[in-house]
Amino acid sequence: MALKDITLGQYYPGDSAIHRLDPRTKLIGTILFLVSLFVVKNFTGFLFCAICLAILVKISGVPFRYMARGLKAVIFLIVFTALINLFMTPGTPIWQFGILKIAREGIYRACFMAIRLVMLIFGSSLLTLTTKPVALTDGMERLLSPLSKIGLPSHELAMMMTIALRFIPTLLDETDKIMKAQTARGADFESGNLRERAKGLIPLLVPLFVSAFRIAADLAMAMEARCYRGGDGRTRMNGMAFTKLDTVAAILLILYFAAVIALGRLPLF
Amino acid sequence: MRIEVKDLSYIYSEGMPFESVALEDVSLTVESGEFAAVIGHTGSGKSTLLMHLNGLMKPTRGQVLADGVDIHEKTKEAREARRKVGLVFQYPEYQLFEETVLKDVCFGPKNYGFTPEECEAKAIEALKLVGIDPDEKGGVSPFELSGGEKRRVAIAGVLAMDPQVLILDEPTAGLDPKGHRDILDMVCRIHKEKHLTILLVSHNMDDAARLADRILVLDKGRLAMDGTPQEVFSHYEELHSIGLSTPSSSELLHLLKSKGLNVNTNIFNEDEAVEEILKAIHGA
Ligand SMILES: Nc1ncnc2c1ncn2[C@@H]1O[C@H](COP(=O)(O)OP(=O)(O)O)[C@@H](O)[C@H]1O
Ligand SMILES: [Mg+2]
Repeated sequence: MALKDITLGQYYPGDSAIHRLDPRTKLIGTILFLVSLFVVKNFTGFLFCAICLAILVKISGVPFRYMARGLKAVIFLIVFTALINLFMTPGTPIWQFGILKIAREGIYRACFMAIRLVMLIFGSSLLTLTTKPVALTDGMERLLSPLSKIGLPSHELAMMMTIALRFIPTLLDETDKIMKAQTARGADFESGNLRERAKGLIPLLVPLFVSAFRIAADLAMAMEARCYRGGDGRTRMNGMAFTKLDTVAAILLILYFAAVIALGRLPLF
Repeated sequence: MRIEVKDLSYIYSEGMPFESVALEDVSLTVESGEFAAVIGHTGSGKSTLLMHLNGLMKPTRGQVLADGVDIHEKTKEAREARRKVGLVFQYPEYQLFEETVLKDVCFGPKNYGFTPEECEAKAIEALKLVGIDPDEKGGVSPFELSGGEKRRVAIAGVLAMDPQVLILDEPTAGLDPKGHRDILDMVCRIHKEKHLTILLVSHNMDDAARLADRILVLDKGRLAMDGTPQEVFSHYEELHSIGLSTPSSSELLHLLKSKGLNVNTNIFNEDEAVEEILKAIHGA
């Protein structure tokens, strides 16, 4: 798998209703969606969440296949969580082998956690796939700005995130380039035991750190040369404004959350 | 070593929204001992092509043969063939990582299983070849060297693997005029002394005309022209239409001709150009 194939959190260009929503609406919406996944008590609730999410993905125009690729990066985590739940949940045992036991409750919990994790990832990647990183951090800064009165450095936090997001692709490119250069000198990043592999990473990591420091120093210099001095009194080139679309989204969101809570109270499977 | 490229196509991020076709049906052969220059506008696919030549990238379609061996195979022969095609990347100094210059140059041969003594012997020879004194600089950290020296050490790192083909991707990018001349003189010397096949990517038409026996022109992923410098650089309009130019002497002669001086425009070195201009002025 090339590094480029990791789609988790990469912006997918488009002009759908979801893309056009104000980043603040999308942020709050995503947070509510993630919270709703923890409010859900039964599979019917998950089915409802999944249908809503599927509709949103459809509207956004991001191909499902493309989104699913994001899962590849975390599949290990999901399988691991499911297995832990499968074997560690106490209850009525239905299968036993030595110290390994599977309880009926374990199967239920494992499925529940796996579905929850997958939906968490899909939900949050929908946000990052449809929102440009800069818009996302701008939105975050605006949402957090009331807290700056009590000393939270919201601008600095947002700026740090913007820069980090901005440089993920750059560093991936850089990694790719250095890997190729070392491979051309016969380096092998793919075979050998764990220790050999870890040692094999040195020719990659040293130049990568050197590059990262160089890039950081250049960036700091460029920002200072343009008189960057933090958040106070800074104005924006592209202001943010709520539109009718955001009102519609807010109403739908409230309805959705109410429905999730209601479903949780019903005695369903 | 003879390199054959057959109907090579490469598509970046195939099936994704940012899909881009970097190479399209490129076929070419570079004979053993040839000095070929690859020219083309930025983004025309030069780097992508070079990375295919030593198996770093897998073609979407087509194949690359080194002395008849498919370079992408998993066999021992293919690995050996890849070693013999040395690739120097753009800004190769960013690949340096070892504590000392000598150790860094040893990295390549070490990976191919040579004994420590052999590695060191190869490294010392390679350093001498690029004009770095192994006794004086061999023990210092590569990060303490000047930009030009770092680059030469990185090139030595590739030469230490005893390649038969040396591919250089814009080896003079970002160097001052002296560094630029030094690197190219060095490449020329290596070509003559070690009889290596050379492929050089360059944005400088004067260098290409002066050094190469053969010019390959890439345009939007296709091989637009392939021939001797004389043949290729006589296509003045065509080269300009794809964002390139001819050597500066030829550009000057074209300018003089357009102002009414009757000169032959297909002259690609300064001395001959001066002769031609003087002849035209005195003859007139
Ligand atoms: N890692 C990459 N991912 C996607 N597209 C790429 C990548 N590298 C190069 N390209 C694209 O492939 C084309 C050829 O690039 P490249 O071979 O680097 O050209 P050159 O070396 O001639 O400047 C360009 O259009 C470029 O945008
Ligand atoms: Mg290039």
